[in-house]
Amino acid sequence: MTSMTFGKAITAGLRRAMEQDPRVLIMGEDVGKLGGVFRITDGLQQDFGPQRVVDTPLAESGIMGTAVGLAFRGYRPVVEIQFDGFIYPAFDQIVSQVAKMHYRTRGAVKLPLTIRVPFGGGIGSPEHHSESPEAYFTHTSGLRVISVSNPQDAYTMIQQAIASDDPVLYFEPKRRYHVKGEVDEAAAPQLPMGSARVLTEGSDVTLVAYGPLVPTARDAAVAASDEGVSVEVIDLRSLAPIDFATVEASVRKTGRLVITHEAAQSGGLGAEIAASITERCFEYLEHAPVRVTGFDIPYPPARLESHHLPDLDRILDGVDCVLDRPSSLAVSGSAAG
Amino acid sequence: MRIPVSLHTPVRHPENSGSFPTDPYVQLVTPDGVRTPDPLYDRWVEDVDGARLQELYIDMAVIRRIDTEATVLQRQGELGLWPPLLGQEAAQIGSGRSLRASDFVFSSYRENGVAYCRGVGMEDLMRVWRGNAAAGWDPYSVNMAPTQVIIGAQALHAAGYAMGITRDGSDDAAISYFGDGATSQGDVNEAMVFAASYAAPVVFFCTNNQWAISEPVTLQAQVPIANRAPGFGIPSIRVDGNDVLAVMAATREALDRARSGNGPTFIEAVTYRMGPHTTADDPTRYRDDAELEQWRAKDPLSRVQALLESLGLFTDEFAATASGRADAAAAELRAACLGMPDPVPADVFAHVYSEPHSWLDRQQEQYSRYLSGFAGEENR
Repeated sequence: MTSMTFGKAITAGLRRAMEQDPRVLIMGEDVGKLGGVFRITDGLQQDFGPQRVVDTPLAESGIMGTAVGLAFRGYRPVVEIQFDGFIYPAFDQIVSQVAKMHYRTRGAVKLPLTIRVPFGGGIGSPEHHSESPEAYFTHTSGLRVISVSNPQDAYTMIQQAIASDDPVLYFEPKRRYHVKGEVDEAAAPQLPMGSARVLTEGSDVTLVAYGPLVPTARDAAVAASDEGVSVEVIDLRSLAPIDFATVEASVRKTGRLVITHEAAQSGGLGAEIAASITERCFEYLEHAPVRVTGFDIPYPPARLESHHLPDLDRILDGVDCVLDRPSSLAVSGSAAG
Repeated sequence: MRIPVSLHTPVRHPENSGSFPTDPYVQLVTPDGVRTPDPLYDRWVEDVDGARLQELYIDMAVIRRIDTEATVLQRQGELGLWPPLLGQEAAQIGSGRSLRASDFVFSSYRENGVAYCRGVGMEDLMRVWRGNAAAGWDPYSVNMAPTQVIIGAQALHAAGYAMGITRDGSDDAAISYFGDGATSQGDVNEAMVFAASYAAPVVFFCTNNQWAISEPVTLQAQVPIANRAPGFGIPSIRVDGNDVLAVMAATREALDRARSGNGPTFIEAVTYRMGPHTTADDPTRYRDDAELEQWRAKDPLSRVQALLESLGLFTDEFAATASGRADAAAAELRAACLGMPDPVPADVFAHVYSEPHSWLDRQQEQYSRYLSGFAGEENR
């Protein structure tokens, strides 16, 4: 076991993958000498050379499209998108090429790309640096989407993503890069990449979170237990596909479901989870599923982001709602819309 | 690094003139079939003797006949759509026959003549257009990526593939085909940035057929398209795209540059789309017959026929051989199209992922159950 930060755990996982497979390449803006703006590729170009850790021109579609070409040639590119809000120029290549090539070629061409995306808010940045675009990609068939919440998963799952023959988007909660945790670099993965993890067991409410809000959800569970409410926290880990079996098993036990994410609410992952769980175990639900999410707004200026980001108290407000306690989210009267 | 095309002063063409006729291009055979010497490019085709020229003629005759047959099949309801290549035979054969098997092609949807050069079978050639699959062939069996529908996206794939060639220490090359319209796309421009920065062994082959559906090339560019590449640090050449010999010379030179570690080349093959954009298009709404007549006089096959005649090589026997080969290919194409087995419902779900996927597995299971409810009914 080694104590390391979230960010360093990703670096260690990248290094391990590059040592084990000479076809693994890293591509992105400033990933070379600088080590990336978040230093996630720190030292890798020095150790593996500029042919394997490739500083690219400032063109995200260009990075993605050339990564596709390299994958055609048998390479396993790991693409770093510098910030969440910078991924959109690459959207066409991701959706029209990366996601579809395996289907298009009836399995002849595999594109084992890993697309790393630092995402989410809470770091006081200007526009385009704090977004949560995961639902665009979970809605796109042919992609796998994961999000990590702790250093051990960060280390293990970056290697699982690179080893996958399917393209994987790996969403890194940038505000957690400096959180420390124990990482066992020798341990075999505890879970497949597609599995969710029950973080804290509970019997009254199921609370589903992923990425940056997992620690917040866990804190909320502790706070709720002080009030005698037993919250089961699930770290989704995989966003596409979602491990609904694990969520369903929990909801069959608790009968109540709260979902939280930073991304805007409408059409988001919370909607998919609420709908799927309702379809699967409607008769076990004691209350309609509740979403505690970012609002349907462009990401707000830094001095307003605390209003937008779900925090411990807003999550507890959602927990209160599914327990039929007083809550701002309770359906009352006939509000328009 | 030599840049054959000098930078031109931009010349505006307010009319839909469709091309830049005053700007020079490399031509080795005139439309009348006269072989004209060229001090720079003759050496690239000095091995092309009469017999080789006859083969190139047959290739062009075959793909023209295939193209016609496919158009007919679409009109008969056997294909959903077809993008005719009529008029572009020299551009496709001249370049396609310059490649070696280990090179890799990233094309658009109109390069069915190039696919023929790569050895793509008739059934595979028809598969996409019959609607049986999203791609016709196994890319690795012919070293050609599937037809690309997103305009210009494949230029980046070629640049990236070429970056891989460099890393492998190979002297293979990648070639990307795209049209004049694609040169307005960001992806084509980004591909040139990447290829130049990494000196990637890639050939950008721009088939300037004057029209992007209904939009003339003058809407895409105010200078000859080849003039853009030097701005990226990429040598470029403008070639008569209806002259199979000139196209071959230009492509061979570009491939040689790539193989010898001197990076990318941009080729603008000036040609004309004699047919519609696809069988769903109606070009009479946007262009004049007069323009078509002008280009008919520059036909790629006629000029090689004239040259062969002047050499005494276009005998009755040869003409019969050429048309026999073309007719046989068309018959093979028709049989392959009509004999192609329909896809089965399970193909809907196949190969979305290379590993099991819980969402899709569930949907497939439910749909199988749904379909099994019709078991025993006729015509399901």
